[in-house]
Amino acid sequence: MFSNILIYFVIIPLLMLGGFALCRTDKAVRTVAVVGSMALLALSVWLLVDYIALRQAGETAEMLYTGSWVWFAPLNIHLAVGVDGVSIAMLLLSSIIIFAGSFASWKIDNMRHFFMWLLLLSTGVFGFFISIDMFTMFMFYEVALIPMYLLIGQWGTGRKEYSAMKLTLMLMGGSAFLMLSLIGIYFHSAPEGGQLTWNLLEIAQNDSISRGWQYFLFPMCFVGFGVLGAMFPFHTWSPDGHACAPTAVSMLHAGVLMKLGGYGCFRVAMYLMPTAANDLAWIFLILTGVSVVYGAFSACVQTDLKYINAYSSVSHCGMVLFAILMINTTALTGAIMQMLSHGLMTALFFALIGMIYGRTHTRDIRLMGGLMKIMPFLGVGYVIAGMASLGLPGLSGFVAEMTIFVGSFQHTDMFHRVFTIVACSSIVITAVYILRVVGKLLFGPVQDEHHLSLTDATWWERLSTITLIVSVAAIGCFPNFFEWLIRFTFSPEIFRAIGLN
Amino acid sequence: MQPVIPIIILALPLTMFLVLGLLGHKMSHRLAGILGTAGMGTTMVLAYIVSFTYFFSGNPSFIDADTHTRLQAVIFNHDWLAFTPSLVIRLGFLLDPISALMLVVITTISFMVHLYSNGYMRDHHGVWETGFQRFYAFLSLFSFSMLGLVVATNIFQMYIFWELVGASSYLLIGFYYTKPSAVSASKKAFIVTRFADLGFLIGILILSFYTGTFNFTDLTSVEVSNGVYQISESTASSVKNIFATSAAPVFMGGSVLTWALVLIFMGGMGKSAMMPLHIWLPDAMEGPTPVSALIHAATMVVAGVYLVARLFPLYLMEEMSLQIIVVVGALTALYAAMVACTQIDIKRVLAFSTISQIAFMMVSLGVARPEFHHGLGYMASMFHLFTHAMFKALLFLCAGALIHAIGSNDYTAMHGLRKHMPVTHITFLIGCLAIAGIIPFAGFFSKDEILTATMGHSTFWYVWMSAVAGLTAFYMFRLYYLIFWWKEHKVPQGHHAPHDQPWTMTLPLVILAVISCVAGFVPMGNLVTWNGHGMFENVNIFTNFAALDWGVASISLAVAIIAIIIATVMYKKENPLPEKMKNLLPNLWRWCHHRFYWDELYMFITHKIIFGCISKPIAWFDHYIVDGAMNGLALLTQKVSYAIRGLQSGNIQMYVWYYLIGALLLGAITAICLI
Repeated sequence: MFSNILIYFVIIPLLMLGGFALCRTDKAVRTVAVVGSMALLALSVWLLVDYIALRQAGETAEMLYTGSWVWFAPLNIHLAVGVDGVSIAMLLLSSIIIFAGSFASWKIDNMRHFFMWLLLLSTGVFGFFISIDMFTMFMFYEVALIPMYLLIGQWGTGRKEYSAMKLTLMLMGGSAFLMLSLIGIYFHSAPEGGQLTWNLLEIAQNDSISRGWQYFLFPMCFVGFGVLGAMFPFHTWSPDGHACAPTAVSMLHAGVLMKLGGYGCFRVAMYLMPTAANDLAWIFLILTGVSVVYGAFSACVQTDLKYINAYSSVSHCGMVLFAILMINTTALTGAIMQMLSHGLMTALFFALIGMIYGRTHTRDIRLMGGLMKIMPFLGVGYVIAGMASLGLPGLSGFVAEMTIFVGSFQHTDMFHRVFTIVACSSIVITAVYILRVVGKLLFGPVQDEHHLSLTDATWWERLSTITLIVSVAAIGCFPNFFEWLIRFTFSPEIFRAIGLN
Repeated sequence: MQPVIPIIILALPLTMFLVLGLLGHKMSHRLAGILGTAGMGTTMVLAYIVSFTYFFSGNPSFIDADTHTRLQAVIFNHDWLAFTPSLVIRLGFLLDPISALMLVVITTISFMVHLYSNGYMRDHHGVWETGFQRFYAFLSLFSFSMLGLVVATNIFQMYIFWELVGASSYLLIGFYYTKPSAVSASKKAFIVTRFADLGFLIGILILSFYTGTFNFTDLTSVEVSNGVYQISESTASSVKNIFATSAAPVFMGGSVLTWALVLIFMGGMGKSAMMPLHIWLPDAMEGPTPVSALIHAATMVVAGVYLVARLFPLYLMEEMSLQIIVVVGALTALYAAMVACTQIDIKRVLAFSTISQIAFMMVSLGVARPEFHHGLGYMASMFHLFTHAMFKALLFLCAGALIHAIGSNDYTAMHGLRKHMPVTHITFLIGCLAIAGIIPFAGFFSKDEILTATMGHSTFWYVWMSAVAGLTAFYMFRLYYLIFWWKEHKVPQGHHAPHDQPWTMTLPLVILAVISCVAGFVPMGNLVTWNGHGMFENVNIFTNFAALDWGVASISLAVAIIAIIIATVMYKKENPLPEKMKNLLPNLWRWCHHRFYWDELYMFITHKIIFGCISKPIAWFDHYIVDGAMNGLALLTQKVSYAIRGLQSGNIQMYVWYYLIGALLLGAITAICLI
């Protein structure tokens, strides 16, 4: 078991948890956090390199590094792991954000407990991405959600109890649908008389869920994951939750946790039930297409920095689900790239907002202005994040969105065309709200003279910001690499039932 | 050609951007200025080498010796992002007549501006502007993006750099970021052009989906067949494919190709400030004046013209799209010229003049047909692009010198400066003569070619454009007289008289003035044509004279001279004539002065409609309906819990009652069912 590299993605966070329990000073906590998150980052980079080497050597299996250990035999539950290009991209994303997030929470009250919950959350996230057994996947999913309640309720700001409760209940509501759907899939996972299984690969291989059952299970599964992916109209946990969450939690939540939704929709709903996905896509295309512009328009009139960014996330994550539902290789590649891109840039946004809020003690853009002059580093970082968000070439947003648009445009019927153009129009609205914020917050005369005495970023804040900026620029400048990494994943089996290529 | 030099041409400005952007604050102002200028100078020399090699080396990959046709040469082309096996964004370097021409134009103007800014970006006491290094970093970024745009080998590469020039324009317009007017101007410029780019993007999606390629060489290649130039067989078949594969070849009265071309043209309208997407350009004058000269006069704003020229063979396939270009261009030309006659801010006059001149180029492309003088309009458009870049940059840099000396954009603060600033005076006059189209200055030749091409297409548009040309001469000389003549400037006690500028600013003025005098003699017809085939057999310095249509030329010359005479009468000396004219047509004057209220209209649309009628209701809906439903659900659950918790009272007697009632009910139901 321990010879499988993937297991260490769960073991390291657990070891860190243990480490935190032993720590007595903040300094020790920081050391453990930094060492641990660097180990995770190194591990995912090493995994990436090794994965590429294997692929180059001609490895064609769908999932690599697979391993399976019986956990509860009567129900055939295994701890089954395996990764492909998509999961590796997600693991890399998670470890980058945890790394940056550790530095962003350099100074926080009750640090030991904060990091313990944060790392429990990370355990869930990593476990989710490496699992190929639906049951363990769901378990890790829940492990990732619960700490959020405590993190927001304890370390948050503003109406934190309300937000924490709302977030948890809404996501739990989604989980309920999801659980039902997963159990349903389990009971149809094999042909009559066959051994039932939770393993994604085996279920896909068996392809034994009838069309009728798919129609029933797919919407539940998609909605269940879609709640976490901030799909309209189940997105309202996101603005409140983000607004009240502490910096690192916002980063991790928007950067990684919301990706669990998109990843789940792709990996479970789409992958196991392609027929229903193809037939019912139009319903969800309407919802996600609405999400994209709806989120963007809402962001235009918000005045709280975090609300603006939360609504912008609704718009960008809507784009992820939108692209998944287009069900072709190009659009799916775009969806995964959009997950990466949105994860990184939104984490960057939340990190910067946290740093600005830590100085000005307000997030209301009407009360701030001219901050560029006072804190140039944070200002430049914010402009770069904004540019990534509005899709400037050379940063990650552009490549992801363009891949999605080109992919979506492959459908020739009027319905898809119209929604593609609606989604395209978000590039204009995004520019409106991003430039509105940048203009009010950073440019113009200084609004509040108390701000004149504020300082620019400290070294740990710089490190956190630069890590994310470099990642965003790397995707934006070398998209072909990521495209290759992701596309290799899309084996023909995914599309077998649909007859697409 | 080895790809080394082309790579350096692109890499050097990018490197300069990174170096000045990341390390700029650590180096002295002077060093940053020198570094930026030297970098751009090197780029210019290399671009000249590439461009001259392309035009004059006779290399078989650049020119076909048998037919004397210039070819499209792809110097290098790297995959950047593969959407599908055939739809691949590549970053490459395409050399053909127009890109070689643009390389010269961009690097020349950019170098002049880099040099000039060394003097401009400091005050009279030699104190550098804050953010001087940042300014040079952004200039380098812009130069990189613009060069990348013109050498694009495929339409998506063009789109990438198109967005990048937009962003650098945003950064440079908002250079004085503490000034609210500059911030809102930069925002406006970005959003308006972004809106246009949406059209461009959708156009690209349509075009690439049906043709299955982004590459210009596939989309626009031209070949000789039976002695006639036409779109090459392969291109035609891939474009015809559009009709074969499209389920709905006609959409709202236009073919798919027409729609694609019109949408792509919409992108060009945004960047090139064609009506109704022109509103950002006058406001963009909030940026430092060298920026206006580089971006908003000479290079970026002609990107739209360049785009249409790049796809010209495709536009030729759809008559309707060319007609649209002509109408949009002609309306814009007249509108901008009328507005320019009434503006007070000298940079705004120049901005509207730029809009009007770009519209000339657009019209010229719209009227170009291969049947008429081998597509004269195309050549004329590119020729005018070249000459206009030179004299308009000159005019803007002169305006910068004036603003630098006076400290105001308003001509009422200038009057009578000819004695104080002789160099600026002479160079500005040369610029005015060039734009007015007086022989032998540059504008004469290019404008005349445009008018000839228009004449060949339609007499109506010819008369229209000639009238606009007359207006151009009028408003430019109005501006000239109001700045340098009118009444004498009195120097207040204790102030220095305004004076000419340091050499870093003077030298670019002189160089550009010289170019404006001689650029008209460049035998453009032999260098840049739509099919690459030279127009003239023998080339000497009088080629352009010989090729003129003297009928058109003499009329346009007469119109220009009459316009200048009117301007002289009205504005040379202080007199009540302008006031009288204004009172003669008060409504027309007011509409022109307020730019036909376009800005107010857009304000209304964005604030009242987009924010007021869409965003606010959506936010309200989100908060009270969607979120309200969620909260309501939670509240309902809570209320129901409260309501039924009385049942769990712990009171045994009550439980017995519930038990009895339940048992009776069950019994009753059973009884009913049994009966």
